[in-house]
Amino acid sequence: MSAKTWTPTPARPAPANTVGFVGWARENLFATKFDSALTVFCAGLILYVLDVVFGWAIVDASFSGEDRNACLKQVQGACWPFIDAKLGQFIYGRYPEMERWRVDWVFALGLLGLVPLLMPKVGFKRANVIFMLGFYPLFSFFMLTGGSFGLVPVETSDWGGLLVTLVVAVTGIVGSLPLGILLALGRRSELPIVRALCVGFIEIFRGVPLITVLFMASVMLPLFLPDGVNFDKLMRCLIGVALFASAYMAEVVRGGLQAIPKGQYEAAAALGFGYWKTTRLIILPQALKLVIPGIVNTFIGLFKDTTLVLIVGLFDLLGIVQLHFTDSSWATPETHITGYAFAAFVFWVFCFAMSRYSIFMEKHLSTDPNQ
Amino acid sequence: MTDPVIRISDMNKWFGTFHVLRDINLQVAAGEKIVICGPSGSGKSTLIRCLNRLEQHQEGTIEVEGVSLDGSLKNLESIRSNVGMVFQQFNLFPHMSVLENCTLAPIWVKQKTKQEAEALARQFLERVRIPDQADKYPGQLSGGQQQRVAIARALCMNPDIMLFDEPTSALDPEMIKEVLDVMVELAEDGMTMLCVTHEMGFARQVADRVIFMDEGEIVEENEPEAFFSNPQNERTKMFLSQVLSH
Ligand SMILES: Nc1ncnc2c1ncn2[C@@H]1O[C@H](COP(=O)(O)OP(=O)(O)OP(=O)(O)O)[C@@H](O)[C@H]1O
Ligand SMILES: [Mg+2]
Repeated sequence: MSAKTWTPTPARPAPANTVGFVGWARENLFATKFDSALTVFCAGLILYVLDVVFGWAIVDASFSGEDRNACLKQVQGACWPFIDAKLGQFIYGRYPEMERWRVDWVFALGLLGLVPLLMPKVGFKRANVIFMLGFYPLFSFFMLTGGSFGLVPVETSDWGGLLVTLVVAVTGIVGSLPLGILLALGRRSELPIVRALCVGFIEIFRGVPLITVLFMASVMLPLFLPDGVNFDKLMRCLIGVALFASAYMAEVVRGGLQAIPKGQYEAAAALGFGYWKTTRLIILPQALKLVIPGIVNTFIGLFKDTTLVLIVGLFDLLGIVQLHFTDSSWATPETHITGYAFAAFVFWVFCFAMSRYSIFMEKHLSTDPNQ
Repeated sequence: MTDPVIRISDMNKWFGTFHVLRDINLQVAAGEKIVICGPSGSGKSTLIRCLNRLEQHQEGTIEVEGVSLDGSLKNLESIRSNVGMVFQQFNLFPHMSVLENCTLAPIWVKQKTKQEAEALARQFLERVRIPDQADKYPGQLSGGQQQRVAIARALCMNPDIMLFDEPTSALDPEMIKEVLDVMVELAEDGMTMLCVTHEMGFARQVADRVIFMDEGEIVEENEPEAFFSNPQNERTKMFLSQVLSH
């Protein structure tokens, strides 16, 4: 007698009403009575909000005009001419108009370096990093402050608007990541002194509000410096923000480090890797990948915290928008809300971009097929 | 007998106050295959982890290839790269492809060029019979394949001694054989091997000596035939009856 051969049952297509759009809607929107009610309610809410926003920002809004008279209609929406008239101020602050091309160059070159750096497919990463971390900061420094290469000096007190926001945020971001990593490693170090130092630093900076740090940086720090040594207020803020952010970053990174199984360290040690090579090649790539959402979260928080530099007399984007509310030639009931909406939108664009990019990177770096 | 490559004398180790290894004496000749077995918690893992100093002993001496493992050791890394280790949990680097797993240490520890390292890695992946998986990530492989990658990764350092800590315990029965086959081949090629395992078939087939540990001591030590057919110690008999009964 010959053995039976077993053949698997062939697969059949799924029933029609469970696939495609109808299937999707059935399953996700109208699965139960309660789901259907919720779907209708939420759709209504979304439409209502869209209607209000659209009416204010477009239908009832003013789009052109030279002063407040453009924005005094009976039913007045957004006062966009205000933004239009002040845009230069919002971007550059009091940076002299004749010299604004220098800021443009810095923005343009930054974009030129950053975009290919962020795209995984584009090569030359090493050269790009050297360019962005070596040449670009120097270029920006000489370009923006002037005083050499035949450029007119521009005091940092004249900088403002988006320029200050970006300078503070970018320095904070670029400074806080490596510093945070070092602090996180230090906090897990086996050397008690190193550990104590890092714990102390992290807990102190995390335990005080950023405003305090900025105040200290701008008012207290000079007291510690010898007479005659005086460094720029913006510079002090940059250091303050970077140190503050690095304390948060350290805790985020530490979370990632703790998630790496002991076996990874042991495998590395057994292969002959020392501490730094293990950390750099095996531990950090995994730990950082795990905490990308946390890192970007910190970046986003930092980006928005830059508005606090107002407290020490620097005018970031929000600060300068607020400053221009006092301009009597633009005094209308809608000026404030338009200005705030504009500032909010600009901040949102940057933060949303960071958020999307982090999601993209998480997917791109994933090597786990089960995710 | 040639000079032993591993010489352990009167070695003792404590975890805090817990005396985990007691008066261990063991010599292993070049090319010898040792299988270590014993109940859970008897100190098997700790013993072989002392041999590449993943754990540090407190008393006695351990010499590996003539170098004494102690606190004054300068080039621990170079000793470690001569002693390969395979873990129960594979411990592959999940963020790197199979090929990168195998070339990382040769490149960064042994300063080989990328081409050399890759050629070597492919050769060993061939030997563990997974040359076609080189570009996959560990997460995409079965347990048996992962463990074979782990073996290839260790072999890429051209170690003189290989340590195995229960290399098949985390595997499904279907995959145990493919890993054991690779290990048998390695043994036939003359590698010095210390292997913690409860695969008694493997012990019979390749071991020169079987060591039984309990409570941190080496209780019994013999050639496999004698060890299995005629255990001297009550404790060994009890253990063997439990292991061999299923
Ligand atoms: N890092 C450590 N700190 C404290 N105790 C430990 C440590 N590692 C192991 N031990 C203890 O030492 C004893 C021996 O552990 P070891 O891992 O060597 O046993 P084993 O024989 O390999 O057991 P198993 O078969 O379960 O792997 C156990 O009681 C264990 O709890
Ligand atoms: Mg063990």
